[in-house]
Amino acid sequence: MPRVTLTVNGKQHTVEVEGRTLLVEVLREKLALTGTHVGCDTSQCGACVVHIDGISVKSCTQLALQADGANILTIEGVAAADGTLHPMQEMFREHHALQCGFCTPGMVMTAIDLVESHPAGLSEKEIREGLEGNLCRCTGYHNIVKAIAAAHPLMHATAAE
Amino acid sequence: MYDFAYQKPGSLADAVKVLSGDPDAKALAGGQTFIPVLKQRLNKPSTVVDLSKLGLSGITVSGDKIVIGAMTRHAEIASNADIKAKIPGLAHQASLIGDEAVRHRGTMGGSLANNDPAACYPSALLALGGTVKTDRRTIAADDFFQGMFTTALEQGEIITSVELPVPQKSAYEKFRNPASRYAIVGVFVAKFASGVRLAITGAGQGGVFRHTAMEKALSANFSPDAIGGIVTSSDDLNSDIHASSEYRAHLIGVISKRAVAKAA
Repeated sequence: MPRVTLTVNGKQHTVEVEGRTLLVEVLREKLALTGTHVGCDTSQCGACVVHIDGISVKSCTQLALQADGANILTIEGVAAADGTLHPMQEMFREHHALQCGFCTPGMVMTAIDLVESHPAGLSEKEIREGLEGNLCRCTGYHNIVKAIAAAHPLMHATAAE
Repeated sequence: MYDFAYQKPGSLADAVKVLSGDPDAKALAGGQTFIPVLKQRLNKPSTVVDLSKLGLSGITVSGDKIVIGAMTRHAEIASNADIKAKIPGLAHQASLIGDEAVRHRGTMGGSLANNDPAACYPSALLALGGTVKTDRRTIAADDFFQGMFTTALEQGEIITSVELPVPQKSAYEKFRNPASRYAIVGVFVAKFASGVRLAITGAGQGGVFRHTAMEKALSANFSPDAIGGIVTSSDDLNSDIHASSEYRAHLIGVISKRAVAKAA
């Protein structure tokens, strides 16, 4: 059986997979990182978004073997080692940007990439367009947009230090 | 998903060899259409050949042409400074494909090889009169698209890059299905010194096509008014739960005028 080596949240793993094994299956079933969710399994909902080499990707639409050698960040690796929340997580809490919470890991991962890739600022329209691939079934978008807008200055202030 | 063998060759020659030697082997580019297709068991490849290690990514300006590597992601095309400056219609088009995460993975070569009748890029390639470069030859856009999900590519033939002439003006206008974000009608218009080319995606039963009546009118007068009176026949247009062929025919007129207004 083929083997794939991934660095997930800073820790290297080598696991056996099939050709058809999806990245999200490795994360959830082999590495027990169940924070990454599978909402639709049809590339629509974005609950499975993780970062591959710093870029947001739907892990249900990616073969594990494609990611061989890659650096992967999941929601479990976002907070600091001492448990201090990432500014994006903190703002999601502050602005009550979740209701049932199912979409939240994917929302946070998409939002972090969106803010990191727009250092000059993000308009509300850009945030809403950036969330196009993440569905919230509670329709809690307003507070999610507020949280992301609030996290932007915090994240770039941290980056500048 | 049915299981399959997976290979990630390190050279174009090796990839062509695997794909040519086995009619059930399939190429994997960005996978944003192919992996969902595999999940639905609509395809049962023996081997999936990942093209990501062939060095086919990148955007270069070469004289009056822009050359885009087949494995270049939509997000790179949407944000590339040269494409934004020289073919703004293409940068805008790439920014409208799928969503942020899909654009990080999906590739131009993959989209063109698949030739989905509602995909965006075929309209850009056809309207710009570009050429597709493969491991073995060069194919003109007018010869490349041969009907829904069908192209001139042979078994095992791999797109390596796409060459697009820089037009004087360009624009893409897309009427999206609000759920899938695919084009119900998408219009790419390109104005060259030699004339205007206008291609329509999402609407035709045979996939992307050029609208020659509009091209003729726009070559004489590049303004939305020049095509206001042109009626598009609904024969050969798609009809589905989202839009009837008559509605698509009407939209072609409206969306083409918007595309011209944006480019002009």
